[in-house]
Amino acid sequence: MSEGAETKWPNRLATRDAYGDALLQLGAERPDVVVLDADLSGSTRTGRFAEKYPERFFNAGIAEQNMINMAAGLAVGGKIPFASTFAIFATGRAWEQIRNTVASGRLPVRIVASHAGLTVGADGSSHQALEDIALMRVIAGMTVVVPKDAPETERVIREVVDWPGPVYVRLGRAKVPVISPKGAEFSVGKGEVLRDGDDVAIVACGVMVAESLLAADRLAAEGIAARVINMATVKPLDDDMLRQAASECGAVVTAEEHNVIGGLGSAVCESIAETQPVPVRRIGVDDVFGQSGDPADLLHAYGLTADAIFEAARDLVKKG
Amino acid sequence: MIRRHIIRSTAEAGSGHPGGSLSCADIMALLYFHVLQMRPQDPGWQERDRFLLAKGHAAPALYAALAERGFFPAEELLNLRRLGAILQGHPDMTRTPGVEASTGSLGQGLSVAVGMALAGKLDSADYGVYALLGDGEIQEGQVWEAAMAAAHYRLDNLVAFVDYNRLQIDGPVDKVMSPSPVPEKWKAFGWRVFEADGHNIPGMNTVVRSAQEAEKPAVIIAHTVKGKGVSYMEDQVQWHGKAPDGQLVAQALQELESVQEVTDDE
Repeated sequence: MSEGAETKWPNRLATRDAYGDALLQLGAERPDVVVLDADLSGSTRTGRFAEKYPERFFNAGIAEQNMINMAAGLAVGGKIPFASTFAIFATGRAWEQIRNTVASGRLPVRIVASHAGLTVGADGSSHQALEDIALMRVIAGMTVVVPKDAPETERVIREVVDWPGPVYVRLGRAKVPVISPKGAEFSVGKGEVLRDGDDVAIVACGVMVAESLLAADRLAAEGIAARVINMATVKPLDDDMLRQAASECGAVVTAEEHNVIGGLGSAVCESIAETQPVPVRRIGVDDVFGQSGDPADLLHAYGLTADAIFEAARDLVKKG
Repeated sequence: MIRRHIIRSTAEAGSGHPGGSLSCADIMALLYFHVLQMRPQDPGWQERDRFLLAKGHAAPALYAALAERGFFPAEELLNLRRLGAILQGHPDMTRTPGVEASTGSLGQGLSVAVGMALAGKLDSADYGVYALLGDGEIQEGQVWEAAMAAAHYRLDNLVAFVDYNRLQIDGPVDKVMSPSPVPEKWKAFGWRVFEADGHNIPGMNTVVRSAQEAEKPAVIIAHTVKGKGVSYMEDQVQWHGKAPDGQLVAQALQELESVQEVTDDE
């Protein structure tokens, strides 16, 4: 994380840990919830549910395609399946299973994938999904959620249990700042204004929300009032909130831990190009693969920082 | 009757897969008239047996069986593959009463059936889950992931059929990519394996009863003839994905009519 994050948000938790806890709670409340994994239950934290409710946990082994379709079959049989593995395998390896069996059948399979993005760290490019938002967003009827921190993840998991149709939730491996105040709400499809301002809007998801708030602090020091929007639901997108932000701020910066092609930045551009066209700058991975390294170093190396957001926003405001 | 529906509906649609539909017509007749407990007027009945057509391109055979069992009027069969029709080119659970899961992409169905059988186990339900796979389909690696899982979870409520008609689009299965030895592979994956003449309904019925009694997942390798019942289609790979037209439709229906009479006399 960028400088200042630790002072601002001393608590750090991984979203996957929050997922593991949320599943445990759901397990107690909802007998129809079942969980599947593909030999990564320790990493995705579904192992906690497996330990407590072994009869409702199904390990597919290293067979992601079979896992997704078993989840589909369990959904056909009236269960609410949560299927987890790393994001690259869930959305890449099993894409066509998700598209043709899960989504086309409008089945309530919840694909909750961890280890998305560069913050996977040392495992390197093969395990860093930078395309998963795009791959899921393009499927008809798929809901795509990218929580910013652990408390939001817990609320997302509870919110999506009864959400109609398939859902993709993107989680990370690394511990990230806890930004959400206690008791903050989450609704699928609703953006969250974390800071108000009308010079420029910063629209972010996942780990980049914290970076956006840091960038907003620096912009404020230069007299620029930035509106920071946490767009945890990438699909369905909160078009109304975006149109209003574009209209009132006149410029938009997007920030995501994903390829700038096909992810949140693309979604925002598609939305406001049709409703309220304004200049946009997209911060994200610039159409390259990742590599091994420390998560924080990787974010810096690939320009996913508060600095990059700050500069993009300042440039846009100056031009305006 | 199922065969004549297949010919009429694919001819009317001008496309479809008559060959692989005709090869499994007797398996469908067996399942829908002798094996599956279901209530056509209440397709969602909780205790019903579940059937899943993994080889989704044989949809005309499934639709014919569903229509004959009264899930929808037989006239619907003539709207096969038409815009807005409830009968899609491949089975669609969101449109067709009696279709348990959407299929069509080969290799996925058995995994879905495994999930359905797991759900049955969780609910301590008595229903059985049945799936029909193509012989070409078992070239898909995912079929073997599913086979492994079914044995691992001891799914004795799951019975799979393989429509072993020995032909796929590009030619003989053994020439394109041989899955042989098929019975040995299923055995090695932990399944009870049965073989049957896929056009002998009473014979298959006896085998199904044994398969249901198996203490683990069971597969019935049904030896069939692609295009069965229509002389110019039998064992002819070019009828995999092409609908008959004109005089050929009349000939096919006439041939099936005479077979029907013989069967009725028995």
